[in-house]
Amino acid sequence: MPDVTQTLDASGLACPMPVVRTRQAIDQLASGEVLEVISTDRGSLQDIPAWAQSTGNRLVEQNDGGDRFTFLIEKA
Amino acid sequence: MEDDGVERMTIVAWSGELDKVWPQYILATTGAAYGMEVTLFCTFWGLFTLKRPEVKVTGDNWMTKMLGTVNNERLSHLNFGGAGPKMMKSIAKRHKVAPPSELIETARELGVKLAPCQMTMDLMGLKREDLIDGIEEPLGAAAAMSNMQRSKINLFI
Repeated sequence: MPDVTQTLDASGLACPMPVVRTRQAIDQLASGEVLEVISTDRGSLQDIPAWAQSTGNRLVEQNDGGDRFTFLIEKA
Repeated sequence: MEDDGVERMTIVAWSGELDKVWPQYILATTGAAYGMEVTLFCTFWGLFTLKRPEVKVTGDNWMTKMLGTVNNERLSHLNFGGAGPKMMKSIAKRHKVAPPSELIETARELGVKLAPCQMTMDLMGLKREDLIDGIEEPLGAAAAMSNMQRSKINLFI
């Protein structure tokens, strides 16, 4: 597992805020650094990977914890 | 047209109904999160989201005076004379959906261009100072068209 540079806890936020906050958090990182995102919004399972793919950031890992979802994103 | 490598999205925000204002701002903020330059062209009822809350539309004739009574937060369906939006807002709160006011604030934070329609302002008797700060200069259909021409995604909501 890569080293996490920063964690964004987006728990309790609904669409579109997990993706919006992810964008704002990743803007603060340098290329190659890894952002961990925690979300409780089930839509994030589709949204975060779609966003990562479209923006060129690499989704390193994603985890479906049932009601808690975590993602590791490496900044492009 | 020259390609400057910027991806653009334009949303013609026409409706002021709560259940349309939501998608206007949800898609605008999401587009910004995708790194797009997003313009929200606020026209007709969609202009009301840019109005300072304390400003009442008074105008100089009975029609614009009547506009002052516009309730901008009605629902297109199940309005029930205003009970619907209240219910919708409380359900949204329970599901942690950000209210329009918060999404508008987020849109501004993300650099979404909020562009008021000059013609609508004239029609409704609204001046630049009646609108919130941090928005674009009022523009018309041609400027909006130029934006749309350069946009990959164009929506009318």
